[in-house]
Amino acid sequence: MAETASGVRSIRVRIKRYQPDQNAKAYWQEFQVQADPKDRLLDVLNQIKWEQDGTLTFRRSCAHGVCGSDAMRINGRNRLACKLLIEDIGTQITVEPMLGFPVIRDLVVDMDPFFAKFEKVKPYLINDEPAPATERLQSPEQRQRYDETTKCILCGACTGSCPSVWANAEWVGPASIVNAHRFIFDSRDQGASERLRILSDRNGVWRCRTIFNCAEACPRGIHVTDAIEEVKRAILYGSNE
Amino acid sequence: MKYHKFDVVIVGAGGAGLMSAMQLAHNSSIAVISKLYPTRSHTGAAQGGVAAALGNQEEDHWKWHMFDTVKGGDYLVDQDAAEVLAQEAIDAVYDLEHWGLPFNRTADGKIDQRRFGGHTRNFGEGPVRRSCYAADRTGHMILQTMYQQSIRNQVRFFNEYMMLDLLINDGQACGVVALCLRDGSIEVFHAKTVVLATGGYGRAWRITSNALSCTGDGMAVAYRRGIPLEDMEMYQFHPTGLYRIGILLSEAARGEGAYILNKDGERFCIRYAPTLAELAPRDMVSRFILQEIAEGRGIDGQDYVYLSVAHLGKETIDAKLPDITDFARNYLNVEPYYEPIPIQPTAHYAMGGIPTDIEGRVVVDEKNTALPGLYAAGEVACVSVHGANRLGTNSLVDLIVFGRRAGKHIATKWLPEAEFAPLPPEPDAYATELVEGLLARAQSKSKSGETQELIRQELRDEMMDRVGVVRDEAGLLTMQNKIAELKGRWEQVRLMDSSRTFNTELMEVIELGNLIECSEATVAGALARKESRGGHYRADYTSRDDANFLKHTLAFRSDQPGRPELNYKPVVITEFQPKERKY
Repeated sequence: MAETASGVRSIRVRIKRYQPDQNAKAYWQEFQVQADPKDRLLDVLNQIKWEQDGTLTFRRSCAHGVCGSDAMRINGRNRLACKLLIEDIGTQITVEPMLGFPVIRDLVVDMDPFFAKFEKVKPYLINDEPAPATERLQSPEQRQRYDETTKCILCGACTGSCPSVWANAEWVGPASIVNAHRFIFDSRDQGASERLRILSDRNGVWRCRTIFNCAEACPRGIHVTDAIEEVKRAILYGSNE
Repeated sequence: MKYHKFDVVIVGAGGAGLMSAMQLAHNSSIAVISKLYPTRSHTGAAQGGVAAALGNQEEDHWKWHMFDTVKGGDYLVDQDAAEVLAQEAIDAVYDLEHWGLPFNRTADGKIDQRRFGGHTRNFGEGPVRRSCYAADRTGHMILQTMYQQSIRNQVRFFNEYMMLDLLINDGQACGVVALCLRDGSIEVFHAKTVVLATGGYGRAWRITSNALSCTGDGMAVAYRRGIPLEDMEMYQFHPTGLYRIGILLSEAARGEGAYILNKDGERFCIRYAPTLAELAPRDMVSRFILQEIAEGRGIDGQDYVYLSVAHLGKETIDAKLPDITDFARNYLNVEPYYEPIPIQPTAHYAMGGIPTDIEGRVVVDEKNTALPGLYAAGEVACVSVHGANRLGTNSLVDLIVFGRRAGKHIATKWLPEAEFAPLPPEPDAYATELVEGLLARAQSKSKSGETQELIRQELRDEMMDRVGVVRDEAGLLTMQNKIAELKGRWEQVRLMDSSRTFNTELMEVIELGNLIECSEATVAGALARKESRGGHYRADYTSRDDANFLKHTLAFRSDQPGRPELNYKPVVITEFQPKERKY
């Protein structure tokens, strides 16, 4: 845990527990912790796990917002526990697993369906022309065109905050569209029409109701809804310039 | 017990593992086992770039890159390996571009390149633009691109499986045993080939840039099976970690022109390294910083200094260093547009690891005898291209070059001839005993023993204080005894979680055991190496001693806790004779 010097305070963390080996139902449990305002929420969860209750279960790895392991619902919003400081969330904290995902245990949700949807949109460069001996050329402007959607870390925060996903588990969801966008607008890619066809079907972009929860949830600051809108326009007008 | 059978099992889904997988996906049955979902791997945290002498911005040659790598590594680098690294970096970077990696671009549409520490033109004359980059998230882009291509090539993943054991029979690798986190099952993967690509062990230190998952699993598992660990005393402290939490602030900042300042606002690196200043190699800059702090020139007399990017201007910061400046804002409330960022050296990278030859084959003794069927690549391995100190960007180069080479060698040389070695009797015996023993401790609700956290904190604190940037005999001897003690205490660790469903306490306890094994080899190598070279600096032996120590350490696990048997092998020197390292 971070070792800052001053201002340790007592905080209350309410966590939604699900321990399938012991209890078929989820329940709430409260923990009191002494934390520094500069601590990440992840530090606090680790402190609970290591000092109070070893059975508390959550994913984590990089602890600085780049690996996407610890997306969870914190005071009603999907966030990464490692990007959120105690001083920014206060002393009464509620933590739950993300909505819209099957829960495996405590805060750990099943990400397999999420990655399966991601794979559906062909999230890889498609260009079957023989590659040149050096790089394919791309101007800085062409490169900038899809810069924002390259930032996605596949944490699921957007998808798990989307009411359209909650209503229909089959829907491809915002994260997949973000990753389709990343290739549709890449000048080197030739798979745009395939992806746009996939995204124009009944479980494609049109289930997006522009609620903007996804954009608000994104820990990478991607304007997710805008990216979805760009994909919609590309389908309507057949242009991905 | 579940049983799987594949031609190749790759353990680890970071850059090295996936690069190997890419070479094999078309023609062989392969499985990639990963403790995490692949995109969570620590390759994704790499920031600054990947070096290759493309010469897109100015004249450059792979031989200059090779020389910089050898000199940067304080001549402990195997020069045949450095030659491969520098030469093949070029094609490997083009491969990544062809697979879609969104590199930043020059005005004429080529891959943009920037300066990085220790990379020079014409054998040390001055800095050169060699680092190919994608903003300050190059590692993220490499990991995403490789994962995307793995999907395209229908690579079979076993996600959230933790390797517990490596199987060797009849002198050949024949598989691994892994714990499926989701249901707690122990599963045997029978294979003709095992590739270890599990990364480093930075979590052995209190202040580190490494993810919580970087616990040396591959090194520890191999070490327990009698495979030596090479040059483990060579551990890199990156000079610019975010104060107190250790998060990496890329050297790309200095590549773009950032300053390091002491309490007087002085760019003190110029005093120590007049030619390269802040862009001197990392081991040196880390020592410069500690020297300033020791002489009372830390900020407010404390144990940190400043990294300043304010003079670069908002436009450069936003275009080229967006992520790291966000870290400063998010975690320290510092606005880098106007304010300097508090930094201190942070445990970052293992130059040492499982010894391999330049094809990625694991070699198990001082004569470089290969163990058939076993490969390693990336940070877990020691080829050795980094010697005693790795240059910035060369970690990503190592992943893609040697991940690729291992994969190609397996596909073209090994698999056409290889047969399955039979599994040893009761292949899961070690793993099952380990897991059942720990779960039984949890089940017993016994209050004896201590929590894993107490043991882990003590390991990390002691490693930081005694096996950090500066070391000496007394501290290392104390640490050697401490390791033996911690091993005993780990045997008595107290657990609370007896569930088989996603038991992360169990995982963490096993990881802690792995960290202690890696630390044991690190301390023993450091104690025996009575010289200062690269990342290994001894306050009691401050000079490099080529007559006695121009050689690689091999640490073999022994029955005596804390005391592996040490052996040595020569360094491969082809073109560049060892010289004093000046910048």
